[in-house]
Amino acid sequence: MMVCTHSGDRSRAGNLPNGKGLRLEGSSNSMKTMSTQSLVPHNATIQFDKVTYGVNGTPAQANISSGQMAIRVPDRRPVLVANITLNIAAGETVVLLGRSGSGKTTLLRLINRMLVPTAGKVLVQGRATTEWNPYKLRRSIGYVIQEAGLFPHFTVAENIALVPTLEKWGAQKISARLAELLKLVGLDSGDFASRYPRQLSGGQRQRVGVARALAADPQILLMDEPFGALDPVTRGELQREFAALAKRLGKTIVFVTHDLREALLLASRIVMLQDGKIVAVESPDDFLKHEHPEVQAFAESLGQDLGTGPTGLAGSTAGKRG
Amino acid sequence: MSPYTFFVTHWREILSTTLEHVELVLLAMVIAVAIALPLGIFIVQRPALRRVALGVASVFQTIPSLALFGFLIPVPFIGGIGKRTAVVALVLYALLPILRNTYVGLTGIDAAILESATAMGMTAGQVMWRVRLPLALSFILAGIRTATVITIGVTTIAAAIGAGGLGTFIFRGVAMVSDAVILAGAIPAALLALLADGLLALLEKRLRVS
Repeated sequence: MMVCTHSGDRSRAGNLPNGKGLRLEGSSNSMKTMSTQSLVPHNATIQFDKVTYGVNGTPAQANISSGQMAIRVPDRRPVLVANITLNIAAGETVVLLGRSGSGKTTLLRLINRMLVPTAGKVLVQGRATTEWNPYKLRRSIGYVIQEAGLFPHFTVAENIALVPTLEKWGAQKISARLAELLKLVGLDSGDFASRYPRQLSGGQRQRVGVARALAADPQILLMDEPFGALDPVTRGELQREFAALAKRLGKTIVFVTHDLREALLLASRIVMLQDGKIVAVESPDDFLKHEHPEVQAFAESLGQDLGTGPTGLAGSTAGKRG
Repeated sequence: MSPYTFFVTHWREILSTTLEHVELVLLAMVIAVAIALPLGIFIVQRPALRRVALGVASVFQTIPSLALFGFLIPVPFIGGIGKRTAVVALVLYALLPILRNTYVGLTGIDAAILESATAMGMTAGQVMWRVRLPLALSFILAGIRTATVITIGVTTIAAAIGAGGLGTFIFRGVAMVSDAVILAGAIPAALLALLADGLLALLEKRLRVS
């Protein structure tokens, strides 16, 4: 079902990190150079430069400078993420792994300026998010959340076409793109386009969510536990399909999860977060060997799922923890 | 005279009074919606104003309706005897249900939906017009329905300050100690309330997004 559409010719093989992708800003500004450059601008990257969000004594809340909306942060602990420096290269799939409250979602929301850092900078394609027009920035970044966040009063077609509509594409271009996307996520049979989200299964809704995020062909995709609310079988299916899709599309993907198995399956690099700090950055192959206690705690939990544990994880060393 | 004979002999007067009643209710409702709906939208992002607006609207609701009509008579410009004063009082009464339902409808939307709307690059205005309002519509309509039913009832009291409407029969009937005359006002008023309630409930159901 996966059909390669846009910018899918760029291999990710060249981007695999050396395991220590965490760099101190200042030492080098150069990203890993891509050997194969085609449709993707070479700077489709995300950089966290000593980013802190939240300050002691003030509630963790930020007003987007252009006015209107106050962003609520569910957790009122003063500092949600502290002094994060992380470079994400074009075409990487970085999985932010951690417990609830470890700061994963905060990092994600800093990328598309749902939050603005209280210290440091987040650079998207070389420009600080605060210098971007927030709406342009967000429309150029795909976003998928748990339960998809589909609009119940929009049909599947209207949901998927949202960003193209906001960007005022022509009707013809939109319908062509829509057909392409429905095929891409395996919903091209039947009458899915005209259905409402309530008429879909959870897995189908999540597929629509992915299609919607890809609609305007963004180079960056942010995913916040997108498969978290699905039953285990459907989740497994979608994870595998998405892994294949991600490889073909060559997008820069930042994926939040607390599911180590999912991280091992999808990531080209896993970033382990604990209490708002990065404690480990590893490739999936090396992740379970990392000595940090938090990594080991997650590895433990993987080992406890006896019987249900997948044995064929892409090159992972699942279960072989020290 | 039995209620039935009174209806038969006075049906023209009852009909014209009913129409007068409907006119008062419609006028009051149009003005109330025109005030409460934009105000409800406006207070969504403004907590300080929200407390004031909902507080003031609640206060009007607590004033006994007959007293509210009386209070307004000496007020310059809007007061006096007659329809104008009545409409002002009716509007003040109708504000709260519409305002509250508009606010609750607009803010009670699933956080994931609002989150994704903003994260996909909608401006605050687009989130309001394309997401919040369509999803809140059935709520808002429920508020309008409640307000309409209340207003149809309260309008009968407006006859006390010379605004006309079906209350005219009720007050006259009380003075004459005539059940027939009271019922000539009360029955059409009750039927109007049921009719409005039914029609608006139907509309509300059609607009609901599950």
